[in-house]
Amino acid sequence: MASFIVRRLLLSVVLLFLISVISFFIITLTPGSPYPWGELNPKISEEVKRVFREKFHLDRPLPEQYALIMRDLFTGKLRSIKDERPVLEKIGERLPATLVLNLGALALSLSFGLLLGIYGARHAGRAPDVITSVLAFVFIALPGFWISYLLAIVLVDYAAVPILGTHTIGVAFTGKAQVFLDYWWHAMLPASILAIGGIAVQSRFIRASMIETLREDYIRTARAKGLDENAVFYRHALRNSIRPLITGIGMLLPALISGAVIIENIFAYPGMGRLGYEAVLERDYPTLVALNFVTAALVLLGNLLADLLYAVVDPRVRLE
Amino acid sequence: MSKPILQVSDLCIDFVLEDRTIEAVRGASFELAAGETLAIVGESGSGKSVTALALTRLLPVPPAVIKRGEILFDGQNVFTMDAAQLRKLRGGRIAYIFQEPSTSLNPVFTVSSQIAEAIRLHRPDVTDVDAEVIRWLDAVGIVDAAKRMNDYPHQLSGGMQQRVMIAMALACQPDVLVADEPTTALDVTIQAQIMELLASLKEKFGMAVILITHNFGIVSGFASRVLVMYRGKIVEQGLTEEVLRHPQHAYTRALIDCIPRLDSNEKRLKTIDHAALADA
Amino acid sequence: MITAAPESIEAAAPSAPGLRAWRRFRANKVGVAALAIVVVLAAVALTFFVLDRMGIPFPRDPDATDLERKLLSPNAVNWLGTDNLGRDVLSRILNGAYISLTVGFVAVFVSLSIGVVVGAISGYFGKWVDNVIMRVVDALMCFPSFFLILTAVALLGPSILNIIVVIGLVSWTGTARLVRAEFLTLRESSYVQAARALGQKSWKIIFRHILPNAAAPIVVTAVLGVPEAILAEAGLSFLGFGVQPPQATWGNIIADGKTYILDAWWLILFPGLAILVAALSFYLTGDALRQAVETRSERQ
Repeated sequence: MASFIVRRLLLSVVLLFLISVISFFIITLTPGSPYPWGELNPKISEEVKRVFREKFHLDRPLPEQYALIMRDLFTGKLRSIKDERPVLEKIGERLPATLVLNLGALALSLSFGLLLGIYGARHAGRAPDVITSVLAFVFIALPGFWISYLLAIVLVDYAAVPILGTHTIGVAFTGKAQVFLDYWWHAMLPASILAIGGIAVQSRFIRASMIETLREDYIRTARAKGLDENAVFYRHALRNSIRPLITGIGMLLPALISGAVIIENIFAYPGMGRLGYEAVLERDYPTLVALNFVTAALVLLGNLLADLLYAVVDPRVRLE
Repeated sequence: MSKPILQVSDLCIDFVLEDRTIEAVRGASFELAAGETLAIVGESGSGKSVTALALTRLLPVPPAVIKRGEILFDGQNVFTMDAAQLRKLRGGRIAYIFQEPSTSLNPVFTVSSQIAEAIRLHRPDVTDVDAEVIRWLDAVGIVDAAKRMNDYPHQLSGGMQQRVMIAMALACQPDVLVADEPTTALDVTIQAQIMELLASLKEKFGMAVILITHNFGIVSGFASRVLVMYRGKIVEQGLTEEVLRHPQHAYTRALIDCIPRLDSNEKRLKTIDHAALADA
Repeated sequence: MITAAPESIEAAAPSAPGLRAWRRFRANKVGVAALAIVVVLAAVALTFFVLDRMGIPFPRDPDATDLERKLLSPNAVNWLGTDNLGRDVLSRILNGAYISLTVGFVAVFVSLSIGVVVGAISGYFGKWVDNVIMRVVDALMCFPSFFLILTAVALLGPSILNIIVVIGLVSWTGTARLVRAEFLTLRESSYVQAARALGQKSWKIIFRHILPNAAAPIVVTAVLGVPEAILAEAGLSFLGFGVQPPQATWGNIIADGKTYILDAWWLILFPGLAILVAALSFYLTGDALRQAVETRSERQ
């Protein structure tokens, strides 16, 4: 197991490097002016342009640019074009809210996806399975912003429920419990919408995994031993089918963070997705580079943790 | 001979696939007495495994369809048993060991937990299940049973995995042990060991054994009676010695001929000419 | 030596894999219905695209503004209501169909082209080539794709071509992995080894021997990739980085309706429904196709 962990860590380092290179290249290789105010804008003097190029090392050869930008990023010298603050700091501010949103959505996706997938597999081929399968695809096909708005219309028009930001404006809550619940509500609503697609995707994988497991020889042995179908399904088959729960982490995280860009926008939730959208609007390249890098790095971390989790679940890996 | 423990009459089983139907078993009839050892011999596709799985309704229905026939175990009709009776039958009265021991054990549970599960199911009166597990692992020849019981299947060799399967099957004290090609997936040297083990356990515990194999070679000396199956039909049955010495059916003769002999001068191995047997 | 006995009596002959897949697909009621909807959608998109180019406004001119009839809920004249400039919502939705479908199909074509080539090279040549390529794929897959797409489109400028290319460039990794897996398996098959032994060139082997056998899962991936592209385009349009007004696209009708959300629910409901139906029918068709081409060993 130790060798497994070491190998996995080394791989992660390599991938992190590749991620940083890709993040860098997106910005620099995209044709179009690097200046946020446009190449031909007559109001900007050559001097201003020169200072700008200096600050972002634009006159150096590409590999050097890459090294310098990375250094600047980590030492906090890389600053947002918008407000001159170090990008890492700006991202750091948004990190807790982002984690709450995305990890919450991940937890919802994995748990409800598991339940739905098990249900589908238990009744495979019959009416309940066909219905839940179609339902799953409806969830996957649902545009997040659409359902958010429909929900907003219902909640605000008919139920007068606050949905924006992280706390209800204009209401003074008494006590930590109330503040916490308020925050929780504001985070869980967008998290639930984010999770809709995740639940559906996860359920498809769990269902497929269970159906495949049920065809294994040891399931026949379990039946031959005289176990009833429930014991066969929930005790023997289930534990061998939860691998998708772990691979799901690696698959869902990037999708959730992606979806969060729009959802955070709609719910005015102060996470990295919203920061990203604002950065795009303002052509804030440093922030864009940093955001792409940080989000990919977070996904990488998630994958690493997931792989380590494998070792816990599968004795074959653990005892290698 | 006392009343037979197993009576199979006119068993017909079809497999309905999406574009065709295969008649896997065509009118098989035979009996098994308590404590008797019967071998079912035939090639792949002859219907022998299908027949064996049908004994406790282990065939997936669909695609399998029991067209007609009757299987009586200890006088009871297997096809009309309810779910509870069937669960008692499986493992408790008729136990199985399969061809691929490496995939027939659940990889995420320890050896002992899988055996213990069976014991708890069929022998609820046993109080010290762990001790019973060790006892059975010993009985099948696993060295250092107390330590090995906490191993996972993949940590054991093929031969040991099969021994565990045997222990799991016999720990429930069944009346019949069905061994479906128990040695086919194992090394030749291990094959002999497993067959010896089965023979000695049979002596010791007295259960009936149905040995399914394509290899006539391991049949003599082990099984007292033999059935030969070809394309779903039983083409010959009788006492092993009789059948070996005076095979009546052309197919049986061909099968026996295929066994390589130490004392022959033949330069080529014999094969079976199916075309010549077309009317079998 | 013992060989296997021929099958016991069989009825009806087995058939070619293509025919078998078609038969299986046809038996899947959900899949057939979904395919029917896909065909209808494509027909609608094409029809209204042609009508628009020919200058025939049907049912109403999607670009015609009429400020006296703005923000009307669904009525006899405007079946799905009007937007903030008085434009007929139904016409705009019908008119926007071709954008969504075009982006869907062409983006998938781009991503497929890249993915198949990369996956084939990786899977066929193996060893260090495979290793390097797969590490890059792994790294790329860590990026939240929509955000990457948004970043790139914002930097390149939101034209329909840019959108298609960017979506294609970001989505090929899944196909690459799949094709690589197929190639790794198929590479070991006997006919490939025979071809190699006969001295056939690698490229020929890849294209004439292996690729046709890997075609089925590739087609399935393609069909399943279309709705993802459609949803991505809708998301981009919603954020204002998709195809620009006055051209209608399902996403930007909703975007326009954002400000009037509490008063004009029809501006949100109907375009979204269009997106949902389009994406759903492709997903269901793709899933039915996947079930139809699966070989017995993969059957689910």
